[in-house]
Formats: sequence, C-alpha cells, structure tokens
Amino acid sequence: MMQTTVRLQREDFDAAAEQAALTRGRTDIGAVVTFTGICRGAESGEPIAALTLEHYPGMAEDEIGRHVEEAKSRWPLLGITVIHRYGRIAPGENIVFVATASSHREAAFAAAEFLMDYLKTRAPFWKQVESKSGTAWVDAKGADDAAAARWTKTSGREAAE
Amino acid sequence: MKLVYFAWVRERVGKAEEELTPPPSVKTVAELVTWLKGRGEEYAHAFEHAKSVRAAIDKSHVKPDAAIAGAREIAFFPPMTGG
Repeated sequence: MMQTTVRLQREDFDAAAEQAALTRGRTDIGAVVTFTGICRGAESGEPIAALTLEHYPGMAEDEIGRHVEEAKSRWPLLGITVIHRYGRIAPGENIVFVATASSHREAAFAAAEFLMDYLKTRAPFWKQVESKSGTAWVDAKGADDAAAARWTKTSGREAAE
Repeated sequence: MKLVYFAWVRERVGKAEEELTPPPSVKTVAELVTWLKGRGEEYAHAFEHAKSVRAAIDKSHVKPDAAIAGAREIAFFPPMTGG
C-alpha cells in the first residue's frame, strides 16, 4: 500500500507526529527517512528576524506532485509525505518536511534526497530574509542546481553506477 | 492572457498580476519578455537580466523558446529558493 501526503500550509507542523502517521498500523515498512528543514537564526553571520516564503499557489502543488510521482516510479516506496510551509517563519520553526518509507533503506534514503534536491530548485517558492538591515530575497545557490542535476538520467550519480 | 509575477520580479513590475494581450508577432516567452521590456521602466528593470528570470506557462516550467499560443497564464519569477 502506497500512502502519499502532500501539504502546503501556513502553520507549523510536528515532524515526529508526521512520521508516526506515515507508519502507523503498517508492518510492511522497514525503513523511514525523514528530513526537516528548519529556519536558522542567522544568515552569513547576520542575525535574522524571520524568513518569509512566497509561493505560486497551484503550481507549487503541481510541481511537488510531479516529483512525488517521479520518485514513486524510480524507487519501490511504500509512503511519501511532503509538507512545505509558506508565509512568515521564525528562527527555530520548521520550513519543510520530507519523509519516505520503503521496505529497505536504500530507496528511502535516495528518494528523500531526490525530493529535497527538487524542492530546492524546481518548486515555486522564494525565501525573503528579514533582518534589522531590512528585507532581502535569498539568491539561488549553484550548489543546489548541481545537486538536482545529478538525478537527471543522462548524467551524475545514476549514470556512474 | 493573464501574467503573474513573483518575488522580486513582482516587486519590480509593481503588481502581482495583470491581463495583457500581446500583438500576434509575439510568439515565444523570450519575445514576450522583449515586448514587456518596451512597456515601461518597471518592466525593463524586472527583466534587466532576462537570464535570471524563469517562466511557467499554465503552471509548468518552460524555456524561453516556448510558444505562448493558447497560454491562459504565464508566470515570471526568479530562480526558486524553497526547501
């Protein structure tokens, strides 16, 4: 049985409760990998007051859904949960959650990393940092693009294996 | 067609969305950007570095050479920084 949950929400979430919900009542799952992205209290050494995440309603859900479907087609998964917040997020609060469940760890690790790499570079969200010097949009990182590119079928990790 | 803007593209254009009808000679996303840049300083500023602005047609990512015929909603936004 494959259980898929994708949620975009303004409010915070409980990562432990989300993991428990993914595996409750199941005896076929042998591995769960979870990733939680958390708002740091400083960017480049400067304290921040908050992050504000803007998103493209409709497209964000569609884009996450497309990558969830791709993850399912690539690995033998038994469950996926993706939660992404939008709006104002204070330091210490959660931003994003990905959990992948499988019978063995390899698929769960790979799928969680794949989903996070794509959330960073393809899901239409934009972070703005709020600090005492004002607000500034976060620049996209080349390292994130490189991390996502290694999952494409013609290059990177899979081709090397 | 409906144009929607996000993050600093939205701030520079000065609006989140608008309804525009480009002339029939505008056939691709890249041509739409060129046409928009001619509409005023705010657009010229938003699309100053056209390569750092991404586009989506009807909520799917597209490249600059994508045809805009039949598009209901075209979005412009900076490279994404979610996750």
